[in-house]
Amino acid sequence: MTDVLNIPAEPTTENYLNRQFTVRSWLLTQDHKRIGILYMVTITFFFLIGGVAATLMRLQLLTPKGLLVGPDMYNRLFTMHGIMMIFFFLLPSIPSTIGNFVIPLMLGARDLAFPKLNLLSYYLYLAGGTLALVSLILGGVDTGWTFYTPYSSTFSNEWVALTLVGIFLNGFSSILTGLNFMVTTHTMRCPGLTWFRLPLFIWSLYATSLMMVIATPVVAITLLLVALERIFHVHGIFDPALGGDPILFQNLFWFYSHPAVYIMVLPAMGVISEIIPCFSRKQVFGYHAVAFSSISIAVIGFLVWGHHMFVTGQSIYGGMAFSFLSFLVAIPSAVKVFNWTATLYKGSIALDTPMLYALGFIGLFTIGGLTGLFLACLGMDMHVHDTYFVIAHFHYIMVGGTVLAYLGAVHFWWPKMTGRMYPEWWGRFSALIIFLGFNLTFFPQFLLGYLGMPRRYFAYAPEFQVLNVMSTAGASIMGIGYFLPLCYLLWSLRWGKPAGNNPYNATGLEWQTPSPPPVDNFEQTPVVTHEPYCYHLMEMPRA
Amino acid sequence: MHNGIPLFPPEASNFAPRVDALFFFLVAVTGFFTLLIFALIVTFIIRFRRRRPDERPEKTHSHMALELAWSVIPLGIAMVIFVWGAVLFYQSRTPPPNAETVAVIAKQWMWKIQHQDGHREINELHIPVGLPIVLEMTSQDVIHDFSVPAFRLKQDVVPGAYTHEWFIPTQIGQYHLFCDQYCGTGHALMTGTIYVMSKEDYQQWLGGAPAELTPRAAGEKLFTNYGCIACHSTRAPSLAGVFGSQVAVTIDGSPAVVRADEAYIRESILDPGAKIVKGYPNIMPSFRGQLSEEQIMDLMAYIKSLSGAAEVPNYSGPSGSTTQPEQTPPPMGDVPSFPNRVNP
Repeated sequence: MTDVLNIPAEPTTENYLNRQFTVRSWLLTQDHKRIGILYMVTITFFFLIGGVAATLMRLQLLTPKGLLVGPDMYNRLFTMHGIMMIFFFLLPSIPSTIGNFVIPLMLGARDLAFPKLNLLSYYLYLAGGTLALVSLILGGVDTGWTFYTPYSSTFSNEWVALTLVGIFLNGFSSILTGLNFMVTTHTMRCPGLTWFRLPLFIWSLYATSLMMVIATPVVAITLLLVALERIFHVHGIFDPALGGDPILFQNLFWFYSHPAVYIMVLPAMGVISEIIPCFSRKQVFGYHAVAFSSISIAVIGFLVWGHHMFVTGQSIYGGMAFSFLSFLVAIPSAVKVFNWTATLYKGSIALDTPMLYALGFIGLFTIGGLTGLFLACLGMDMHVHDTYFVIAHFHYIMVGGTVLAYLGAVHFWWPKMTGRMYPEWWGRFSALIIFLGFNLTFFPQFLLGYLGMPRRYFAYAPEFQVLNVMSTAGASIMGIGYFLPLCYLLWSLRWGKPAGNNPYNATGLEWQTPSPPPVDNFEQTPVVTHEPYCYHLMEMPRA
Repeated sequence: MHNGIPLFPPEASNFAPRVDALFFFLVAVTGFFTLLIFALIVTFIIRFRRRRPDERPEKTHSHMALELAWSVIPLGIAMVIFVWGAVLFYQSRTPPPNAETVAVIAKQWMWKIQHQDGHREINELHIPVGLPIVLEMTSQDVIHDFSVPAFRLKQDVVPGAYTHEWFIPTQIGQYHLFCDQYCGTGHALMTGTIYVMSKEDYQQWLGGAPAELTPRAAGEKLFTNYGCIACHSTRAPSLAGVFGSQVAVTIDGSPAVVRADEAYIRESILDPGAKIVKGYPNIMPSFRGQLSEEQIMDLMAYIKSLSGAAEVPNYSGPSGSTTQPEQTPPPMGDVPSFPNRVNP
């Protein structure tokens, strides 16, 4: 799409990128846009670490006896993969990177409510990630990202405590970020921007922030308790040999970690709710339903943690209550999928790169969500729990959902962040590669799971080999799909076509200011006069 | 065990066909919705593709009935799946009273099995086809999980607690036993084989392997050797009929009534001061560290065998009723009973 309304010129005016160039101006910045970029660079680094671990795991599983490493190294690899991807990539991915950058722009604000706190969040995250990475590489931790007791508290090696401190610090980064976003949404909206004129991305990040602030302290305390039991052998916590209850840990851990799944996927849903209307030039179908479904996911999401524990020996009736609530939380997600699909109806649909990622998200999230019904169902979970079926299910949500939405968001707002367009052909090509590679990697794992292959096995029964080889082949294709955007996005920083203010003719305040935005975001405080996504009122260029 | 590439696991227990039926129902329902969404998306992006760059589609108005429909219909379907799964799960967690108990002790990284008749095995479980078995399981170290995909069942095995898993094997054959809960270095090697045998082969197997002391007899021996008998026939509460009864106790100084289940017996051996039987002083020493999990299982078998017919003076305190019958699980349909076996 070319612009005639906007004048695509080399960005020569002063903006947040070219105002200062010193390293110090980046590392001590309080500008939400620069902090967003810092996050983007850092999470990319942690993603690469987690990705290397995943690559080695998939290579290991090419043969039934294991191709590369012994059991201890394999156990460390999947622990590293889980910890890096969940705590240091997925959790901060869309909120801290994209959210940091676009929330104030969407609200017509100069910055977040607490810019210094925002910088502190970043450094807590960086410190936590560094600590975890150091202990994972120097000592290796083999507990899995779930740190189940009494294995983690009594039996595993001494580097567990340091890793836990890293995750603890990262938890405080989440809490502060959530707090910052909530206060910003309450107090920094520009004139005329009422709650029901807010973009859906803001609604979903508001729900996410609520969960971060309420749930994260619980996991912080839990991990501290594990550390206390390990270091000081305090009695009566988790280790039955010391009079504790190992299942208590699981209750506390999942009280956080199930909401954490929604912390990872709600922002993704917010991104999709921005991209779909833009590339079909339609107002989101059922704005209120989509907004309230975010909030109801956040609320019910707190009450379903026990569905991770159906086979631990917890009360049968407890299991039934958790199963019922898990089916309930599926409904708002289904509502969103139907609403996005209905938004396409009678639209004007263009398949640009962000739209391909968004459509890919809907497809994969649908499969991931529907296979969640299998696991929420008690009579089915007692067979597929802790097998590759679970692995496949949550990768469909976390990678098929969140990673695709993150990549969609990066492409969508890339012109705003950098002032340059990404190369469209390469963008579409790599989106397609990732979609195909992803399905080849994870669909066979549903079959493996129903056959009974348990997760976290460094070696497996020979009859599982063919499906494992398919999965590894898919992972290689997906790896290429991830590598391409890294290359062409960096390339576009210098050689990309200048973007102009609004390359997609999108609604939303962030598109009314220059790309890249000036330090203070807007030259004049914008005033909002109508609801969001009024594409039927937009002037569209002829050429 | 298997030839070629299996795409579906063998069905070898009473639960397997029922889990599979639920599975096929779920595949049909979720498959329908997945195809519906995919078909709609593909149709829309073809039919409503952008033809001119200045296209500006009309505003779509909200449609309350449609939005209600796609909230309520999925909710109804979800409730069907919920009830179906909950009923199946309830039955899988409620063993019939006549099921034969087999003790399972998990440790890093092996499965120890103790049959009631004294046969002990490691990483193997031999059982006859067609008769209900209930596994009574505990762990010596970390959490493990006893998973048999061909039976469509699994259950965590938790240290400091007893969990149960029951089934009726329906197909003669050899099936995988996996540890499904991550337990450290040898997790992937903590596997074994379930041998479901014809009744004749099973009798032959029983005859071939020399039986050791039955858990009950081993428990009785421990009861004497550790001197339990000295007090529990005189100044301590009698243990006759205690298992399954309601016991009046003092917890941290306040009175309570608890059911004497496996967890209670275990706690009373390892941590006798936690719940003190009303009317008795707290003088029993702890046996923590002196008894292995197998020995506790043996003692349990012995204590369970002490019938409630014997006199139980003062046991439940001065006021209350004495023993209560064990709760009978709900009827399970036709469950064949285990025959009495004779040791060679």
